[in-house]
Amino acid sequence: MTQDEIRATVLRILGEIAPEADLTRLKSNVSFRDQLDIDSMDFLNFVIALDEELDVRIPESDYPKLSTLDACVELFSSRTAVKDAP
Amino acid sequence: MPTLGADMTVGTLLAWMKKPGDEVKRGEIIAEVDTDKGVIEVEVFTNGIIEKLLIEPGAEVPVGTVLAIIREPGAEVSSATTPSPAEALKPAAVVSPSQLESRVHISPAARKLATELGVDISRVTGTGSGGRIQRVDIERAAAAKLTDVVVRDAAGERQARMRRTIAAAMARSKREIPHYYLSTTIDMSNPMAWLAEENLKRPVVDRLLYGVLLIKAVALALHEVPELNSVWKDEKLNVSKEINVGVAISLRQGGLVAPALLGTDKQNLDELMKNFRDLVKRARAGSLRSSELSEPTITLTSLGERGAESVFGIIYPPQVAIVGFGRPMEWPRTMDGQIVLRPAIKATLSADHRVSDGHRGSLFLTAIDRLLQEPGKL
Repeated sequence: MTQDEIRATVLRILGEIAPEADLTRLKSNVSFRDQLDIDSMDFLNFVIALDEELDVRIPESDYPKLSTLDACVELFSSRTAVKDAP
Repeated sequence: MPTLGADMTVGTLLAWMKKPGDEVKRGEIIAEVDTDKGVIEVEVFTNGIIEKLLIEPGAEVPVGTVLAIIREPGAEVSSATTPSPAEALKPAAVVSPSQLESRVHISPAARKLATELGVDISRVTGTGSGGRIQRVDIERAAAAKLTDVVVRDAAGERQARMRRTIAAAMARSKREIPHYYLSTTIDMSNPMAWLAEENLKRPVVDRLLYGVLLIKAVALALHEVPELNSVWKDEKLNVSKEINVGVAISLRQGGLVAPALLGTDKQNLDELMKNFRDLVKRARAGSLRSSELSEPTITLTSLGERGAESVFGIIYPPQVAIVGFGRPMEWPRTMDGQIVLRPAIKATLSADHRVSDGHRGSLFLTAIDRLLQEPGKL
């Protein structure tokens, strides 16, 4: 999976959780919680979906590493077999 | 038309899920009703056979209107006591074009999918029985890229209606209920540590949120102060036999609902977590059930995630209490002569002074605190 694919997966899951959000305006280095109206239930659903789709186990201690889009890409890049973008 | 809260005066029948002659069992969904709180699935409260459907889809009728006649097992076919369809059927109210969206004959699953895909269901032709819109119709419409302008208009109008409904209920509450307010700070070291250890052992899908500990602690504390688990009706207190904690859930389009986790005290934490997740999901998808809105016996609200340290709620009549929780914070506390920082939350109680006083309310908050200190027993 490439970093672009990870990014697209994260954005798609976010879109399902916060369908009202305009994700084209999402700043990749700013906390999701500061940009989207998501609560702890939404965040748990986000983590569950990431776990299922990327097949990566995510302990609670890693939750802070999922706070921004860039951080998500970095975390999952390090834990999945990342291919170079074409 | 069931009443789904003190603030509800009318509802619009959207669709029947059953037809005359069908056998129904208690708890089954019999109809969909449009209210200011969204589309609600109406459950049957008795076993029997549908004898007559008295109201047609699209009709807006007052709360208390007989919608259908259900013959209980062994009962004879009713006659004299049965309102004729002509008497029972109120003329459909005049609706604006933007309201039409919510009156379309559509299955709950299709409605949810339409919301997710941004499909304007007023422009979808149903291919199901009687023209009912099904999931496949929504998928087809989404593929055809129908616009969602009308949906947005309808959502805005629904939001305005919900705001007016909340305003009416809260104004009534403040006018009629003599509130008193209490607060306490609860040391969350034990529950947080227990939760972290517990979640370490669990796959992500089975993890618990600390909110369910709060919900369960509130439910169990009500055993000790049962008058707070009550409704005030006809100028007197009616203590509820069941403990149904209503949880305030903010909706994405604005506004909030507080549906109940039925039998909260009888559910273990795993069941509560599963049901809480489901409840939040359905509340935001607009597919709550009538009993979840008509049977809360107390409300729990948490604004901690929005940054507030504490929340002093307004009681939702006919309930007599609302419990609030603020955000987790660092609490400087003296222990063994030392000042230490402990994770803590502020718990608050707004209660009706006609049925309890500060002494009992204080015991209730103390019980919540004590129960939270032994999270493994919740």
